[in-house]
Amino acid sequence: MTLSEMTAGTAGHEAEHHDVIPIRKVAVWVFLASECMFFGAMISTFLLYRSTTGDGPGAEIFNLAFTSASSFVLLMSSLTMVLAHHAYERRDLRQARVWLTGTGLLGITFLSGQIFEFTEFVHGGLKLSTSPFGSAFYMLTGFHGAHVAIGVLMLLGMVILSLDGRIYARRGLNIELVGLYWHFVDIVWIVIFTVVYLLQV
Amino acid sequence: MTMTAERELLPRTGPNGIWSWITTVDHKRIGIMYAVTAFAALFIAGLEALLIRVQLIGPNQEFLSADAYNQLFTMHGLTMVFGVVMPIGAAFTNYLLPIMIGARDVAFPRLNAFSYWLFAFSIVLMMSSFVLGGAPDGGWFGYAPLSTELREVVRMDFFSVGAQLLGVASIAASINFIATIFTMRAPGMTMLRMPVFVWMALVVAFLLVFSLPIFGVGLFQLFFDRNLGAHFFSSGGDPLLWQHMFWLFGHPEVYVLILPAMGIVSEILPTFSRKPLFGYPFVVFSGIAIGFMGFGVWVHHMYTAGLGPLAEAGFGVSTLMIAVPTGVKIFNWIGTIWGGRVRFEVPMLFAIGFIAMFVIGGLSGVTHSVVPADTQQHDTYYVVGHFHYVLFGGAIFGFVAGAYYWFPKWTGRMLNRTLGLWHFWLMLIGFNLTFAPMHILGLNGMPRRTYTYPEGLGWGFWNAIASIGAFIIGLSFLIFLYNVVRSARRGAIAGPDPWDGRTLEWSIPSPPPPHNFDEIPHVTSLDDYWHQKYTTDEEGRAVRIAEREDPAPAAEHHDIHLPAPSFYPIVAAAGLVTMGYGFVYLPAGLVAAWIGALITISGLFGWSLEPIDGEAAT
Repeated sequence: MTLSEMTAGTAGHEAEHHDVIPIRKVAVWVFLASECMFFGAMISTFLLYRSTTGDGPGAEIFNLAFTSASSFVLLMSSLTMVLAHHAYERRDLRQARVWLTGTGLLGITFLSGQIFEFTEFVHGGLKLSTSPFGSAFYMLTGFHGAHVAIGVLMLLGMVILSLDGRIYARRGLNIELVGLYWHFVDIVWIVIFTVVYLLQV
Repeated sequence: MTMTAERELLPRTGPNGIWSWITTVDHKRIGIMYAVTAFAALFIAGLEALLIRVQLIGPNQEFLSADAYNQLFTMHGLTMVFGVVMPIGAAFTNYLLPIMIGARDVAFPRLNAFSYWLFAFSIVLMMSSFVLGGAPDGGWFGYAPLSTELREVVRMDFFSVGAQLLGVASIAASINFIATIFTMRAPGMTMLRMPVFVWMALVVAFLLVFSLPIFGVGLFQLFFDRNLGAHFFSSGGDPLLWQHMFWLFGHPEVYVLILPAMGIVSEILPTFSRKPLFGYPFVVFSGIAIGFMGFGVWVHHMYTAGLGPLAEAGFGVSTLMIAVPTGVKIFNWIGTIWGGRVRFEVPMLFAIGFIAMFVIGGLSGVTHSVVPADTQQHDTYYVVGHFHYVLFGGAIFGFVAGAYYWFPKWTGRMLNRTLGLWHFWLMLIGFNLTFAPMHILGLNGMPRRTYTYPEGLGWGFWNAIASIGAFIIGLSFLIFLYNVVRSARRGAIAGPDPWDGRTLEWSIPSPPPPHNFDEIPHVTSLDDYWHQKYTTDEEGRAVRIAEREDPAPAAEHHDIHLPAPSFYPIVAAAGLVTMGYGFVYLPAGLVAAWIGALITISGLFGWSLEPIDGEAAT
């Protein structure tokens, strides 16, 4: 079955259910609204503790150049995500697969950068248990990293599922919804990067 | 003989057997499972309350140790909030919401099953703490630094992990309800034609979606403090942060608990007054206003924390203001009864009881918004009296009213009226005997959460009265339990519309068939079913439209797509709870956490690859 056949079948089914608004998209938007509060609470905690460093190191431990580079990588992954979605809209499944893989790899690059950065900080004396600053920093960036990792799993999962043509709009995992999630995780990083790294300088 | 004959009068509701319930994705069955689980939790939490009341019946009692008392009052609060009132709201919403908006199921039936199983398993996790190292004993609010101390015992880990999992279940359910309301309404069912109950369910879902993540972060922080040596609330961190995190969730949560009951009462009063709800838009918009303002009053729980006069004055004003939309609703309800042809059936009695008790609780609540008064009342039994008037006198009265009202729809049989009257009067008297004296005790200085009190302070008499009242409440619920069990088997056959109802659920058989509606209804007005039955004459009186023929016996409908049963939701939920147990017993539990993670991932994987409504079969 080709992609266009699948989407045609989908459209017929959706019409039968009187779906004017795409149900799954509404659900994902509500979920992301909920995520805003989740990250908002952690960002507030970090703002409260940004200078409560105790005996441990503070913001001077950050390597702004390095983190700027990895932030750039993550932002570029939003671009490749858009390209993947665009290819999918054009029914070009092979291109979509390429861009999805690219997005996943950029995500992995960002995560590797984060792991490297965490290792450096731990060697520099900043642990979760060092100070309220350390606790808030690792919790916020760590939960963001976990979100990126889940996003990478979904991206690569979609690539694997698409190999035998089993990727189409009715599945829970579809390119538009994963795209929404991925862009959200990127946008949150822009806030985190600003609050955690840039405001400290 | 007669039994079988009667049984045949009731429509079939799909296959039976335990496996069909475990794998069900039917919103009605999930609603019933929520109700049964919550009802069981109610009896456990009620037993805990009775033990507390036995301990406090007189001065210097030694029935319970201080340690046992701490566990019991903490678990009573946690169970009542997360295991009883929230899931009973979810039970009503699950069963009624899709039918009231003319849909065949919720937007995501398997996610719905997942929410239920995760809730049920998490409640089991929390209750199992009694035999697995001790129950949480730091209050349902888990204030730091008390909750971050004593890291070698797992009690407050059960709190942080259990509440976290319950939060996940509630967020999933809320997203489901919001998507259902926004996308699955029947043709013509505009937002302002939805029953008030559906509106309140929508507000509740939004409150949960926005407030639970904050609580989730707080619980993670508590968990990290206890298990990974973080400093969020202790040793350098600020314990006040926990109070903010908790009450930013905890106050919206109060409206999560009461709004479904307000919705239920707004359905019952018009039916038994034979009048439309007075000022429907006001009831709806005041509900929305309560939702918004609910996020702006949390500091009134923290007046004695020393936040300074500016914060206290500001939140005092916002707390006074939130009483306004609540008051609007009460006048709307009174206006609905006013001039109506009132039938005092059991649901109506409980609904009126709700209004009366909630007004008392609301008024004592307004006294908390005044900072100097609140400083005096803080942490005394006055507060206990107040919130039981809104949560028991409000939410539980409303839910019981709803149970008597919709039981015929759920089972096809009526609850016994005489037993219902006994239930109502005993519960009303017992409730007031228990909780009204607490106001006096509190103003006389009796502190909350203290396991005993000395003689000579003048607290003995009112405590004895309260304890007697508590046992009367217990008796009334035993009568209710007997009524439910008996009526479910032998009650009078209800028929589709026993109360002459106004909303769509009364237009379909009792109990409804699995697909709810043979034909999706086309809605033309608010209270659509009423307008199908009645028209008005020149003087504005309701006149019955000539009786239509009985709806044709449900034909076989092969063309209706229903979601296929699935066991992946229960697998995913079981995996998450296994992870939960692992996290409670860190570091040894790490193995269990990994096993649980694997179960969860395989459950989710199977879930996302499973064909939806049998499309692979075709």
